[in-house]
Amino acid sequence: MAMTANAIENLIRAAIPDARVTVEDLAGDGDHYAATVVSEQFRGLTRLKQHQMIYAALQGRMGGELHALALQTSAPE
Amino acid sequence: MSQDVVADRIAKEIAENPVMLYMKGTAMFPQCGFSARVVQILSHMNVPFATANVLEDPELRDGIKQFSQWPTIPQLYVKGEFVGGCDIITEMYQTGELTSLMAENGIAHSVAA
Repeated sequence: MAMTANAIENLIRAAIPDARVTVEDLAGDGDHYAATVVSEQFRGLTRLKQHQMIYAALQGRMGGELHALALQTSAPE
Repeated sequence: MSQDVVADRIAKEIAENPVMLYMKGTAMFPQCGFSARVVQILSHMNVPFATANVLEDPELRDGIKQFSQWPTIPQLYVKGEFVGGCDIITEMYQTGELTSLMAENGIAHSVAA
């Protein structure tokens, strides 16, 4: 069962309310996406921790329903 | 294999292999684009690395995700530390962080051209 870009955005925003999120469908098949997430909560965190926050927001769907999510995360400039 | 047996095996492998890559397929025959990219980066940097094919071992495939609290494959470990998956390794390679990580850990590598 694939996911929509909207569903991904909503899950990330629910967990990280101040996040600016853009989600791009890479393959049109509902399970290969790229997402850019900018949030103050990432400041001072390693890239690894930032990505782990996103995976937590997706509540276990990563690697299951969602096969691939290329992530670009950062704190606001 | 029970959960802790898998965890013990992983702990042993990442301790014994300075650069350890858990991937789909093998370095010669990667079976996933993301795994292939990490193999390509490490090979381009002439970094010696060991691999484990999670496709051959479903318990390892789940166990490694528990071990690192990271839901996807590939997973790269340097000197026993989880470094990241394909995105992070690619970004670190582009920014030169991967080269400095190898240097800091005394791992042979050629400076990326």
